[in-house]
Amino acid sequence: MSKMHVTATVNGDEVEFLADPRETLLDCLRDHLDLTGSKEGCGTGDCGACSVMLNGRLVPSCLVLGVETDGATIETIEGMAPEGALHPLQRKFIEHAALQCGFCTPGFLVAAKALLEKNPDPSESEIRYWLAGNLCRCTGYDKIVRAVQDAAAEMRGAA
Amino acid sequence: MRYHAPATFDEAVSIAAAASGVTRFLAGGTDVLVQLRAGSVTPDDLIDLKKIPGTHEITALPDGGWRIGIAVSGAMLGAHAQLVADWPGVVEGMELVGSTQVQGRATLTGNLCNGSPAADSVPGLVAAGATVTILGPNGSREVPVEQVPVKPGKTVLEPGEIITAITLPPRGTKGGDAYLRFIPRTEMDIAVVGCAVSLTREGDTITAARVALGAVAPTVLLDEACAQAIIGTTLDDAALDALAGAASRAAKPISDKRGTKEFRVEVAGVLARRAAKIAYERAAK
Repeated sequence: MSKMHVTATVNGDEVEFLADPRETLLDCLRDHLDLTGSKEGCGTGDCGACSVMLNGRLVPSCLVLGVETDGATIETIEGMAPEGALHPLQRKFIEHAALQCGFCTPGFLVAAKALLEKNPDPSESEIRYWLAGNLCRCTGYDKIVRAVQDAAAEMRGAA
Repeated sequence: MRYHAPATFDEAVSIAAAASGVTRFLAGGTDVLVQLRAGSVTPDDLIDLKKIPGTHEITALPDGGWRIGIAVSGAMLGAHAQLVADWPGVVEGMELVGSTQVQGRATLTGNLCNGSPAADSVPGLVAAGATVTILGPNGSREVPVEQVPVKPGKTVLEPGEIITAITLPPRGTKGGDAYLRFIPRTEMDIAVVGCAVSLTREGDTITAARVALGAVAPTVLLDEACAQAIIGTTLDDAALDALAGAASRAAKPISDKRGTKEFRVEVAGVLARRAAKIAYERAAK
């Protein structure tokens, strides 16, 4: 199986890797680029743990092939905040205890950030629908929704 | 598995024609990659159509219709205000497919080609009178969407043929459409029954209508009796009763884990009635 050369921009940096055509973007991020923040929950686009931004759009990276991303711009959880700092969403997730095991958290954060960029003042209902594709088996979701609301309020105040 | 990213549809067709093993075309990938992962389909040749110019575009046509590229995702459809204003039922059907993440990838064409009787975006396309352009080794042809699915998982596409675009007709003034489905939860499920209605009004009277039912037969149904039940009426109670009766009679469902035959027959009528009311209101605007 011949590997293909892929050049993409990940979190602002140009990266190159060799991908087997069968490898997903998630496989490539984790195994070739050592960006292990994106998690594999289901591998079939159902759980949202592998959420990334691909060319400005929220996608499950398990449903994207690595070879498809030649020339693409990708943002992952690792690029969410500058080195040594936390994004308001990350801080609010901690304050509200919106995580327990933490496996789903990177996906929730990437998805919630995408929501707040599109809609800085979402209703609870809009948050719940937007995040319906992110599954969490620990928290029961209420704390996550409250953390997103609180982060949104803080970000609106700062803007 | 060989990955191909042709720059034109003609090149894609040539690659497919030269391939001898299992071939799959890749648009959003939300079905193909799941099948790959499950090991149910491992293509020898995977032909990615997303690098072909125009496949990500929604184009307003001179006659007032729309051409939708085969790689346009649900998220892109929903963000297109003019298209949503013309064909809200088509867009709301697509937007029911999967999560926000899946919406970033999944396409109308992929949902159609997957061949599911319960595909949420297909009844809206059928009711709208949408057509697809099919390109293959023997040239190009235009096919109404209702003729694309043949049976579950099987479409009219011959080996090596691909859909190159979906075309929606001009909406015109005083037209409206709607899609509703029944699922036992609020979000993220497969339709137990779906129904799309598209109609045109002159004043209060319906002058044209198309009604499509999903998940109640091996393919999405376009039902003429349903349309006739409301054409020429003001969608009064008698017309709604006639529509509901026609929809229930048209439904030929199976019983499975998501719903019984009897339930689906009943709900087909309920959804037809409700979708027609929404389409009728939208047509007034």
